[in-house]
Amino acid sequence: MALSTSSNFAKPDDAFRAIVEAHRGLTDAQSADLDAALVLVLANHIGDLDVLREAIALAKRRTLDASQQQQQQQQ
Amino acid sequence: MAANTAQAKTQFGYRRHPDQERSGANVAEHPVVVVGAGPVGLSLAIDLAQRGQRVVLLDDADRIGEGSRAICFSKRSLEFWDRLGVGDRMVEKGVVWSVGKIFHGASQLYQFNLLPEEGHKRPAFINLQQFYAEAYLVDRVEQLPEIDLRWRNKVIALESRNDGVALTIATPEGSYQVHALFVVACDGARSSLRQMVGAEFAGQVFEDQFLIADVKMTAAFPTERWFWFDPPFHAGRSALLHKQPDDIWRIDLQLNPDADPIAEKQPENVRPRIERMLGHDKFEFEWISLYKFQCRRMARFIHGRVIFAGDSAHQVSPFGARGANSGLEDAENLAWKLDRVLRQLSPETLLESYHIERSAAADENIRESTRSTDFMAPVTKQEARLRQAVLSLAEDTEFGKRMVNGGRLSVPSVYDTPLSSGDRDDWRGGPRPGTSMLDAPVTEPGGGSGYLTDAFIRQGTRFTLLTFGNGADVDVPEGVGSIRVGGAGGLVDAQGLAGQRYDAEPGTAYLLRPDGYVAARFRNAARPILDAALARAAGLN
Repeated sequence: MALSTSSNFAKPDDAFRAIVEAHRGLTDAQSADLDAALVLVLANHIGDLDVLREAIALAKRRTLDASQQQQQQQQ
Repeated sequence: MAANTAQAKTQFGYRRHPDQERSGANVAEHPVVVVGAGPVGLSLAIDLAQRGQRVVLLDDADRIGEGSRAICFSKRSLEFWDRLGVGDRMVEKGVVWSVGKIFHGASQLYQFNLLPEEGHKRPAFINLQQFYAEAYLVDRVEQLPEIDLRWRNKVIALESRNDGVALTIATPEGSYQVHALFVVACDGARSSLRQMVGAEFAGQVFEDQFLIADVKMTAAFPTERWFWFDPPFHAGRSALLHKQPDDIWRIDLQLNPDADPIAEKQPENVRPRIERMLGHDKFEFEWISLYKFQCRRMARFIHGRVIFAGDSAHQVSPFGARGANSGLEDAENLAWKLDRVLRQLSPETLLESYHIERSAAADENIRESTRSTDFMAPVTKQEARLRQAVLSLAEDTEFGKRMVNGGRLSVPSVYDTPLSSGDRDDWRGGPRPGTSMLDAPVTEPGGGSGYLTDAFIRQGTRFTLLTFGNGADVDVPEGVGSIRVGGAGGLVDAQGLAGQRYDAEPGTAYLLRPDGYVAARFRNAARPILDAALARAAGLN
């Protein structure tokens, strides 16, 4: 199974909102704790190492792209 | 700190050997010289001797090392020691265990059983101080005239030649030379032979320090492996408790990376920590040691005619009992191959499979023990956060429990090896080629009970064909042992466990290597394919 990047939620805004609201009122450290647990719970639910690796690669590419853009803006 | 070794001889004398009178063109020639009389060198020498090889075994000390050091010996190691005739003694003295418990803070997170099924001759593990294991092995060595064990013989120079190795050996009475066709270096993590061949030993260094204390006390803890993350008595770090024979308990405490090693080792500083852990002060110290560790291995285990085995070739973190046990697996893997090469039954290239199989096993052991160590001592803040998330999820989820890594304990490696013949038939289970044989209870037709591992030993620990059921009679090749389960005159599989574990049907056959690994398996073992598998397993094609 490959990583699905098509839209899977009937109401994507509800899903985004659910995650955002989970972080409301938390300090950065608490948010990071929450994310760590959430990632592990979701990763186990997916239960497919190839999909997990693809997801990590996709997420990591976004992070790297973002930090490169930031560097370019600073230059 | 007097070690309680009353029953075991630990001090040995240097004795002058006639080889020391010889020099120049007249130096003694030996087929095999094994350097280092630790568990690996001793076991290798015994295995070679039982196969009829003469072995010179050198050790630079004249006594068995102090301190319990390695304590957990695996089922696989016990099965090897059974083949060497010392298994019973180890198990009688050792503390048998198979259950591990993991605690987080004050509460238990989960427990695991490393051998949850019945019908195996040997338990998952025994705990036994290394000095006992070595003493029993030395006793066995002394029964074997093929082994010439020389204490206080230290190799100080090594010269590789095309047809062997020239060694210069220092003794209390000066140095002498010998010539060997093969040298096996079992001289430990700080191997001087490794330096003499100029091999690198690179890997990962871990900064965290661990304190080992062996304490003597009577306690009612069960014989289980207990591991704590962040225990109340040692906040923020990890701890491990193991029972050994003679009322000795191994306590392993993780320290801060910046802890002062000299100060931490002082009994007056260790004592309060242990008192907090045990809740009392009724114990005495047997041994205290502080260590940091590295995970590393040699790029190649074979350098010309010098072969490395055990800690000299690879080092792992101690969490997982993968040090001594993997060294013993090295010894067993090498012994039969070296024997065949020395007898010119197989080409020297057979030895390359030792490097292939055992370096892959070392990689696996390094990977597993590195993961355990990283889990215990997270490197970055986020790693610590993920670790914390796993520990808290483990309180109420199954998947969290399975992710908690307090050490993954040693199991025999599965080899992806040129000596195996791939499966041609359909199998729903059973050990695939490259896997260590599985034990199962069987009874003699006359009624005597035993195990498959016993039957393998009775066949002489050589290439052996294990066949099942009322299949057509297999024409077993010359020199190959035969174990028959079921059928007229065969071993009786009363509980059906042998058949189950080997996915057996009438006619099913497994070709076992002399180290008990499966080389090939067949639903119908016709001679041509059996001969081909045998040749392949012996490195003949």
